[in-house]
Amino acid sequence: MAEYKLELKGVCKSFPGVKALDNVQLSLRPGTVHALMGENGAGKSTLMKCLFGIYKMDAGEIYLDGKKIEVGNPDEAMKHGIAMVHQELQPIPARSVGENLYLGRFPTKGFGPIKMIDHKKMYADTEKWLKEVKMDFDPKALLGTLSIGQMQSVEIAKAVSQEAKVIIFDEPTSSLSDNEVEALFRIMNDLRGKGVTMVYISHKMDEIKRIADDITVMRDGTYIGTWPAAEMTTDQIIAKMVGRELTNVYPPRTNTPGEVVMEVEGLSSIHEKSFQNVSFQLRKGEILGFGGLVGAQRTELMEGIFGIRGVASGEVRMRGNAVRIKHPIDAMNAGIGLITEDRRGNGIFGCLSIKENVGVSIYNKFLKAGMILDHKRINGVVDDSIQKLSIKTPSMKEHISNLSGGNQQKVIVSRWLANDPDVLIMDEPTRGIDVGAKHEIYEIMVELAKQGKAIIMISSEMAELLGMSDRIYVMCNGRLTGEIDKAEDMTQANVMNYATQF
Amino acid sequence: MDNSKQKKIKDFLINNGVIIVMFILVIYTGFTSKNFFTANNLMNILMNMSSRLVIALGIAGCVITAGCDLSAGRMIGFGGCIAGVLLQRMDYSGKFFPDMEPLNVFLAVLIVMVICACFGTVTGFFISYLSVPPFIATLAMMEIVYGINMLFTNATPLGGYVKDYTDVASGKFLGINYLIWIAIIVAVITWFIFNMTRHGKYMYAIGGNPQAAEVAGVPVKKTLILIYMKAAAMYGLAGFMLGAKAGGASVALGFGYEMEAIAACTIGGVSVTGGRGRVYSAIIGVAVFELLKVALQYLGMDANMQYIAIGIVIFVAISLDIRKYIAKK
Repeated sequence: MAEYKLELKGVCKSFPGVKALDNVQLSLRPGTVHALMGENGAGKSTLMKCLFGIYKMDAGEIYLDGKKIEVGNPDEAMKHGIAMVHQELQPIPARSVGENLYLGRFPTKGFGPIKMIDHKKMYADTEKWLKEVKMDFDPKALLGTLSIGQMQSVEIAKAVSQEAKVIIFDEPTSSLSDNEVEALFRIMNDLRGKGVTMVYISHKMDEIKRIADDITVMRDGTYIGTWPAAEMTTDQIIAKMVGRELTNVYPPRTNTPGEVVMEVEGLSSIHEKSFQNVSFQLRKGEILGFGGLVGAQRTELMEGIFGIRGVASGEVRMRGNAVRIKHPIDAMNAGIGLITEDRRGNGIFGCLSIKENVGVSIYNKFLKAGMILDHKRINGVVDDSIQKLSIKTPSMKEHISNLSGGNQQKVIVSRWLANDPDVLIMDEPTRGIDVGAKHEIYEIMVELAKQGKAIIMISSEMAELLGMSDRIYVMCNGRLTGEIDKAEDMTQANVMNYATQF
Repeated sequence: MDNSKQKKIKDFLINNGVIIVMFILVIYTGFTSKNFFTANNLMNILMNMSSRLVIALGIAGCVITAGCDLSAGRMIGFGGCIAGVLLQRMDYSGKFFPDMEPLNVFLAVLIVMVICACFGTVTGFFISYLSVPPFIATLAMMEIVYGINMLFTNATPLGGYVKDYTDVASGKFLGINYLIWIAIIVAVITWFIFNMTRHGKYMYAIGGNPQAAEVAGVPVKKTLILIYMKAAAMYGLAGFMLGAKAGGASVALGFGYEMEAIAACTIGGVSVTGGRGRVYSAIIGVAVFELLKVALQYLGMDANMQYIAIGIVIFVAISLDIRKYIAKK
């Protein structure tokens, strides 16, 4: 028997403009749980998607039981006995547990060419596999009626039913309750006893210490090393994850924070698992960073402040006056702007022009006779922002979908600047933007702060967070776990420490 | 260079394929049939187009927000019947309200539009505040309006209109029938709303990306209600126009017109996926539709065959239209 159940060697993968994986390796001992660790964007999920055949590797080899195999798509991966429990589950909530488990490979009965689905066998087998993972809910129940943890165990049962020898868990516990995590670990221990090899991706240090046999750390798409879990302390792991030189150059910061403009006190979401009891202050002319891992509920908090998500309790004060924000219009009237994280999803209007994309928030301010749009003045504003933010476009009539990501972002920035808010919330302002445009966005941010605007920047990119922020709040699991206000304390290890205080 | 020019010509031909084919068909019909290119026939086509255009412009607002309005046809019938009962002659034996003096025509059309707008507001409320999909909400309103109209009129056809009312169709100003003037005025007002007001711009934004519209501070719910309200008022007006032209109305008036209006909008370039469409899209769409019908008649095509031809035109036109946006990705 080979020393390793599964080996990945020399894996490289590039996306346009980014080298996501550079000569990465991974060796899994049979019958172990192998933790794969790294910051946001270190390439963990990308590596697993390469292994599972969702992405095609540019270079690299996969060995299963010492034999080289090719994995072209998830189907082939499953034929080799490799299964994946995804970070975002992709079930069909309106169909039963059994149907979800056997989707695409329904057991059939019948004669000759006439095939019918053998429901009896399907549900009996489903029950068997659910027992296998120590779950006993009704296989005929609709998947949508189950909790997320139960749905996940259906996914695991599916992997087990396919007799998977290698199961990849991509952040399985990110949305589970404590009880559900315990149940998951019981299943994993059970599977380990049966000789199944597992890859476990998670940020939660205590979980890693409990469940993992080996740890592999990745950073910026490269392989850092593999160690037995028992020999590593939490601090050592964090040091391996973040030990990187900050190479990006950020514009010199000439802004000076002034008096407090916005105060948030005890803000809690209507959802128990979202942000809870968050309080912070924001100063005029300040760039305030919000750090944390993906799923720390930073976006949800900002959308709560902006009136997109429900807030159960707490208060937002602008210049000392409490404001009630139930809708984005209220937030805008209070002087708050929000540049969302998902530019395509809720930022741009793809089929509309640059002018209309900028104009949509400011029509109220540019009216003749109280109702007729003053196109001349609107054109002036749009032209002005195209000049000021150097948006590269032939004209303001160009559809925004024809622009690059960086230029699209500048259009959205212009939309909010035309509205002249006191507070501008920027959620991952440089996501999906090339390096040159990134720098331009940074310069715009500093310039705005200099003019006295207060900026909140959510960033999952450590270098950006440390390089751009005057002050940093770190969130974890919906709570504010730390504030870093001294320049000398702004280190990767400090942020990571606060970000993993689950 | 030559290649790109060729590609441009090809793109132009494909993107405007239906309109070009229509143009050829009209020219062909004109030269082969004697009476096609006459002022009289032209006026007749424009008269038919006028009410259709008012309907299409109403429905265009709904389609631009990625919705639709199935209640349009029944709303037209309802509007036509209300106008009818308000404008019957005193000496007409089958008068619906025997003792009521016929109203002023302007007052009558106003009442018709306001009543229809009320029903449209209800539809809009369900769509915006209760998130009922437009297809279902307007389907429900279609049934309700038809039922109310049946109860209201006892399903008896109306006739015996005052001259003021029938004059709306037959009367002329500068040699052009009032009906056509009404359509022109409605088109101008709609153009104004679509391009010169916040409401119009919000409508495009909601159709383009409803989530982004919400974040950008667009009053999404109010805008949607207003769109369905406005559309219903226009169906009422169309019903009034059709009644004037026919000199009578019944509950069956306008049946199925919503489908033709939606088809006309999409043929003209109003995207069913939302965010795209202009007033001229509706005008072109309605023109293509009406010209096609008349040309096929002139060419002596069997009436039943005409349905098939129209269906094929819709298939081809929409496939070509969708192609424009898919090719861009």
